[in-house]
Amino acid sequence: MTSTGEPRQYRASAGSRLLAQRFGFAVLALMALATVVPIVLVVAHIVLQGAPAISWEFLSGVPREGMRQGGILPAIVGTFYLTLGTAVFSVPLGVAAAIYLAEYARETAWTRLIRVAIINLAGIPSVVYGLFGLGLFVLFLRFGTSILAASLTLSIMTLPVIISASEEALRAVPQAFRTVSVSLGGTRWQTIRRIVLPQAVPGILTGVILGLERAAGETAPILFTGAAFFLPRLPNSPLDATMALPYHLFVISTQVPEMPLRIQYGTALVLIAFVLGMNLIATVIRSRARARRQW
Amino acid sequence: MCATPAKGAADPPLNWQEAVLSRVIRLSGYSAIVFVGLIFAFLVREGLPALFEVPLSDLFSVRWYPIEGYFGILPLITGSLIVTLGAMAVAIPFGIGTAMFISEIAPRWAREVLKPMVELLGGLPSVVLGFLGILILSPYLRQALDLPTGLTALAGSLLLAGIALPTIVSIAEDALDAVPKSFREGALALGATRWQTMWGVTLPAARSGVLTAVMLGIGRAIGETMAVMMVTGNAAVLAVHLASIVAPARTMTATIAAEMGEVATGSIHYHVLFFIGMVLFLISFAVNVTASAVVFRQRSRAERVLS
Repeated sequence: MTSTGEPRQYRASAGSRLLAQRFGFAVLALMALATVVPIVLVVAHIVLQGAPAISWEFLSGVPREGMRQGGILPAIVGTFYLTLGTAVFSVPLGVAAAIYLAEYARETAWTRLIRVAIINLAGIPSVVYGLFGLGLFVLFLRFGTSILAASLTLSIMTLPVIISASEEALRAVPQAFRTVSVSLGGTRWQTIRRIVLPQAVPGILTGVILGLERAAGETAPILFTGAAFFLPRLPNSPLDATMALPYHLFVISTQVPEMPLRIQYGTALVLIAFVLGMNLIATVIRSRARARRQW
Repeated sequence: MCATPAKGAADPPLNWQEAVLSRVIRLSGYSAIVFVGLIFAFLVREGLPALFEVPLSDLFSVRWYPIEGYFGILPLITGSLIVTLGAMAVAIPFGIGTAMFISEIAPRWAREVLKPMVELLGGLPSVVLGFLGILILSPYLRQALDLPTGLTALAGSLLLAGIALPTIVSIAEDALDAVPKSFREGALALGATRWQTMWGVTLPAARSGVLTAVMLGIGRAIGETMAVMMVTGNAAVLAVHLASIVAPARTMTATIAAEMGEVATGSIHYHVLFFIGMVLFLISFAVNVTASAVVFRQRSRAERVLS
């Protein structure tokens, strides 16, 4: 080492810089672990504690003895109906809005305003949706506390997810597909209906399921629009109120004294199985479509 | 454009159909604007009367006790603030740290594991987190910190951090991913370490996206209802100093959720709850417009650069 001080200084600092890097990487890795490990623990804990409660009677029976006995069928069926109702309203509207944005609209001040509105819809607190649903559907339109009112409320909440995902799926279809269709004499709608939409279906479906998954797990929007505290039968019509899994979990973990833990964990397990099951379906559709895609 | 006779023959019904369809699709396109307008209109319709029924000085006072006619919403606002601040103190460093790790450091296999995990957290219903908060987190906090009750703002903050994390991680990671590879290569070629490149080049280049992630995370946290209502103890006490984080608190969202079911339609209490909803709407509006303005600015800058 006969060189001047400068390169030596540089070399030393290179060593310490690598040390700093190693240290920094370790800290970030720990942070990532600290983010992810609790998620695994939460899911594992609920599965382990909830599994013993799961039985045919629990899944197919009605709650008894002030919900401390029996099953949760009305809540399962209620959440299924609410999710279905949400899909009925939000899917056609959301996909049509996405078609407008991706295929019809030019970039104008209006479309920019639409995008700001979509971002805002996505950010409105869920309990504010509940207030809105109460004001518009339950009281103003006189639907009462009902599956209909709750589904409509949830579908407006779900709309931004469906629009954004569908628009992205439509835009991912190569422009050449449209050009060829139009050059063969197809009209704009024929092109969309026969060429673009079929290609975009997996992407749209993934977005739809992810949006509905959110809706299925939400409590606040249905709190005053359609959820029943205790209703030990299945709903008969869209104008009935209904029990729902997330609200039921809230009720039995905060409002009912001396509630057996077994039933609480069992309900939590059924709820996350419902929601994560939808998530899994979406993931499978997405990866299959990616594998099969020809463009 | 000389149409063949065959096409001309098929044209009229098709045009009619297309005209109707494109009208329907256009209307659907504008539906988002209609709904935002409707939501605001209903909040104003039901919430604004509160301003006439409750004197302003009472509305912005420190006592929330609706049964006796005290409608001071300040404790609820400070409750929301302290819970959200606590959540952000955890979620911002951990969210950005995790995003940096996933996007800049993690090997491919680790990324394939971490990203779905974070998405999984985003999919967990908040009521499930609140449920575990009651059973596990708050008893643990009570013991560990030797508190009279574990149902505190801190418990709410920790759950909210978990709820805001997926938003922050996924948007920040997208922003980091979008930084052109050449930026990193340039820094590395000049002799910077990967660590220096991450902090000196990649993160600053992605800052508007990261800022958007943080803003939307804050939006998520302020608006979250169920988990917070279940674990914060719901005491409407004005939070004035740092120790309030380990005391029970009550947020604006939890107040609406807990009390709306029991009020008479059209009563003062009912109007005040809608007024609180209006305040929440305006907060989320401000947060989201700011966040999207950042995105638009960034995009137009990128367009200028590329053109």
